[in-house]
Amino acid sequence: MQAHYGYKDGSGDYFIIIDTDKCNGCGKCVNACPYGVLELIEDEFDIEGGLMAAVTEEQRKKIKYSCGPCKPVSGERRLPCVLACEPKAITHSW
Amino acid sequence: MSEKSREFWRWREYRYTMPDMDWHDTKVVTAGVDIGSVGSKAVVMLDGELYSFAAMRTGGESEETAIKVMNWALEETELKTENVPYVVGTGYGRVNVPFAKRTITEIACHARGAHYIYGPTVRTVLDIGGQDCKAIRCDEKGKVMSFLMNDKCAAGTGRGLEVFADLIRVPIEELGKTSLDVEDEPPPVSNTCVIFAKAESLALLRQGLSREKVAAAYHLAMVNRIIDLLTRVGIEKDFVVTGGVAKNTGIVSRLERNLGIKPLEPKLDPILAGAMGAALFAKALYEKEIGLR
Repeated sequence: MQAHYGYKDGSGDYFIIIDTDKCNGCGKCVNACPYGVLELIEDEFDIEGGLMAAVTEEQRKKIKYSCGPCKPVSGERRLPCVLACEPKAITHSW
Repeated sequence: MSEKSREFWRWREYRYTMPDMDWHDTKVVTAGVDIGSVGSKAVVMLDGELYSFAAMRTGGESEETAIKVMNWALEETELKTENVPYVVGTGYGRVNVPFAKRTITEIACHARGAHYIYGPTVRTVLDIGGQDCKAIRCDEKGKVMSFLMNDKCAAGTGRGLEVFADLIRVPIEELGKTSLDVEDEPPPVSNTCVIFAKAESLALLRQGLSREKVAAAYHLAMVNRIIDLLTRVGIEKDFVVTGGVAKNTGIVSRLERNLGIKPLEPKLDPILAGAMGAALFAKALYEKEIGLR
């Protein structure tokens, strides 16, 4: 499943997309994020359960700002959450 | 009530019990309670078939509303809440359903409910609720493949329509029809904020535009915003609209016109999709618990 967390406002689209089929619930992205944007939650979409990464409820409405420090306007962009994820389950829309 | 103090935003609360069904000879009675931000819905199912339901406004007290809506759904059935062995709570207030055994996210419930209402051909579900808008892609089993929820802002939601109904003094149930009563579509108002959209609509009214025209401009703005969200997850046939706003013909017909895809006609009330999905999950969970499967 492609879980889109984030929002669209007057200035643009801000979504963190987590591919839950790829996510193995290891939690490395949670530790890698310096601003506490990510967390591990129980997979409610599957009765069998399991853990999956998600953007915290609190951060869902402000990731434009929380993720800002990791996104330089010029030069190479190295997003800690994306780099930490071995199965490459995380993408950012902006 | 005088015309002046009439509440144009207030929609009718209702309940219904299927007349030719009897809970005495069923194996599994389950219920789903969907506490939304504006409306609360309860659905009771007998062996996975819709039996009775109720829909009412969510008050400030989610817990009280949950009890009230459940009791109302059971009113003519002689069943009591304690006779329903498995209840699943969903929606914004899902943690406030005291008698629910489990909570499930409304996204999974809406996909499952839409799958039940419209059949297994559904691939894209658009749920326009009171305070958010969800675009969901699902497979033939009603399992979620991709989803997106926008709850940062009330533009493009039912609550925005309520505010607008009050502004142009047209009852919420007739708003969609009013917005279609125009010869050609005016340009849309701002679509990023309800407050701005309302202010712009007011300005248009002052310029002497008819309320039908202003309604059309407002609906078009909402539809444009919703389509933006839909394109992010992608649209695939069959396409359906659920939630309270699915009853607004102004929104649904504009979606059809601008997307070029006709949404399926609902067989059951689309406002109940979330609660129905929850009741169906309850059935699966209960059967698992007692070892029926």
